Amino acid sequence: MIKHKHLIDIEDYSKEEITEILDTAKSFKEVNDRAIKKLPTLRGRTIINLFMEASTRTRTSFEIAGKRLSGDVINFSASSSSTSKGETLADTAETLDAMNCDLVVVRSKQEGAPRLLARHMKAHVVNGGDGKHQHPTQALLDAFTIRETLGRIEGLTIGIVGDIAHSRVVGSLVRLLKIMGASPIVIGPPTLMPACPELLGARVSYTLDDVLPELDIVYMLRIQLERLEASPLPSLREYAMLYGINTKRMRSMKEDAIIMHPGPINRGVELTAEAADSDRAVILDQVNSGVAVRMAVMYLLLGGEGSGVAS
Amino acid sequence: MALLLKGAHVVDPIVGIDEICDILVRDGRVVEVGNAIDLPEKLLVKDCSGKYLIPGMVDVHVHFRDPGQEYKEDIVSGMRAAAHGGFTGVVPMANTKPVIDDGAMIEYVLEKCAYEPGRTRVYPLGACTKGLKGTQLAEMGDMVAAGAVAFSDDGRGIQDGGMMRRVMDYAKMFGKPVMSHCQMEDIVGPGVVNEGVVSTRLGLAGWPAVGEEVQIARDIELARLTGCHIHIQHLTTAHAVEIVSQAKEEGVPVTCEVTPHHLFLSEDDIDKETYDTSLKMNPPLRTKADTLALQEALVDGRIDMVATDHAPHAAHEKALEFNLAPFGTTGLETALGLLLTKLVLPGKMSWQRLVEVTSIKPRELIGAGLARIEPGGLADYTVIDPRIEWEVREEEFESKSHNCAFTGYKLTGRATDVFTEGYASMEDGKVLFS
Repeated sequence: MIKHKHLIDIEDYSKEEITEILDTAKSFKEVNDRAIKKLPTLRGRTIINLFMEASTRTRTSFEIAGKRLSGDVINFSASSSSTSKGETLADTAETLDAMNCDLVVVRSKQEGAPRLLARHMKAHVVNGGDGKHQHPTQALLDAFTIRETLGRIEGLTIGIVGDIAHSRVVGSLVRLLKIMGASPIVIGPPTLMPACPELLGARVSYTLDDVLPELDIVYMLRIQLERLEASPLPSLREYAMLYGINTKRMRSMKEDAIIMHPGPINRGVELTAEAADSDRAVILDQVNSGVAVRMAVMYLLLGGEGSGVAS
Repeated sequence: MALLLKGAHVVDPIVGIDEICDILVRDGRVVEVGNAIDLPEKLLVKDCSGKYLIPGMVDVHVHFRDPGQEYKEDIVSGMRAAAHGGFTGVVPMANTKPVIDDGAMIEYVLEKCAYEPGRTRVYPLGACTKGLKGTQLAEMGDMVAAGAVAFSDDGRGIQDGGMMRRVMDYAKMFGKPVMSHCQMEDIVGPGVVNEGVVSTRLGLAGWPAVGEEVQIARDIELARLTGCHIHIQHLTTAHAVEIVSQAKEEGVPVTCEVTPHHLFLSEDDIDKETYDTSLKMNPPLRTKADTLALQEALVDGRIDMVATDHAPHAAHEKALEFNLAPFGTTGLETALGLLLTKLVLPGKMSWQRLVEVTSIKPRELIGAGLARIEPGGLADYTVIDPRIEWEVREEEFESKSHNCAFTGYKLTGRATDVFTEGYASMEDGKVLFS
């Protein structure tokens, strides 16, 4: 059993604990394939999706995960909350705490917000993405997908391509891959690299084509168009030319190398339609894994007893 | 009424004194310094044995938030915090609401501080540009006539190089220094922590050292051109020290200050468990190597003085997410204890040098007049007990705000008594005025 109260920073978790989450997710994935996709595990538990930044996909995934475990899931979004009326996050936390919720999933533009929340409430906190910092359940679902597709994580070489500087996906995924014994390489132009990428534990390459043949996994990050206002790139056309996966680049990939993407895809930018829809792409498997992994996280954090999960 | 300060270890490098002796003060001035002083009739005797007595410390960089944000600090609470920390005088910055950018605002500051012997001196400073907007000269002549000692747009750097040149050209005619907060905004962007290790680890936007150094270099070249005295505020990096000291060697009229938090804290102190907003500073905490270089430069004279950048903020403001919380830490009440504990008592910095960086250099910068410990000298003193061990605790602050980066620190040595013109503003650790 994992011994953490929260899931905020993937670095807090050991290889064994991450493996346990993935193993638990595996059994929940089978539940998700049934006609009746519901377990009584979290009956009577209250889960709040506190989303202070728009995110339909992640919020929906957490909501489905909580509901499949019979938890009462409440969505609390910024537009319907008091955060825009001058209420502080600490006040919001204490307010939710007074309603005796059991677990809060928090998504915020502000790095460190989940820690702040955890300091002000008794509930378990799951980081659903904090600014440019981390997004641990995304890293876990990616790990799950990798293990399901390639049978292992240890020893693999993963190229993560795109906006490394502003990506919370990278923030958690690179750390997780290091913990699991894989070799991440971050790939992108220097204008989209953080100040010290080597601190994350990844190799750095500015040129995709130099490293593409050695990759077991090509992980394409979404280019967020709003970031382009600061002009880190001359154009999307040039980005696609330097970093996009197309039919030609797919030919220089390892035979069984796979393509991943946290979604949503900018078709024609990170991936051409041929690449996105090819057999190499496991993008929808990632989405599918997301529900199982989030079920596993909620289950393990909330105690995991009396679950009814097939062992 | 005369005052005899008895038995202190008196240090004043200006007059070359560094020994235990007595000081007789009358009408705000020193009458006699020695060991067997004839006692006049009406005499107040203050036993200072075991303590050090130095020319009164002056902090050339504080924020008193008055007018406009008196919930954080006001001029009187700031003066009390200054006395409590051992300072006899302070220079509050102009980024109040409204901005201190004309003569009437300078008069407001002087009226509110209501100086008389036994209160903290407030040396008023005015903005360089109207409303700190960086586009139009503020009425410097009017402010000088009202009593302004220096000019600064602190809180922001003046972005436009041509504007900065006009500021310095114009300020020069009044013989007043321009103090510069160096921050090139188009390089710094939304940065909140040092660009490097901490920005990468915590995912926070980086504030690169070069965003500061580029503007320091620009302002130094403008000082070379205009002849105006430029004072670089709160520099934070080893390279910034190099830029300034090279310019000094070349004869450019430049001085610089460093804050206690940049001397003794680094980006490594901001950890991922807390995202502690009391460590959110502008400029940000830099690398450990920078802090060591700053300490060395303070000791050897390349950095001229210590200034606190005392920046009070209310608890509810600092309780926000890191990006949303305001920049700054209070500093008046911890600066001396930190300098003593970290540098003077371990023998890294002499008492004479402490006097230079806290009293002589700041006074020279703003033309405040030295507190020379010799007959006729101004009787502004800080009396320090180097033996007191104390912990930085919120409930003991005189400042209205408690956002101190050093809360919980155990320090050795602090001011016990402070005098302006021979009258105590603090006695035995208790501030006497309100």
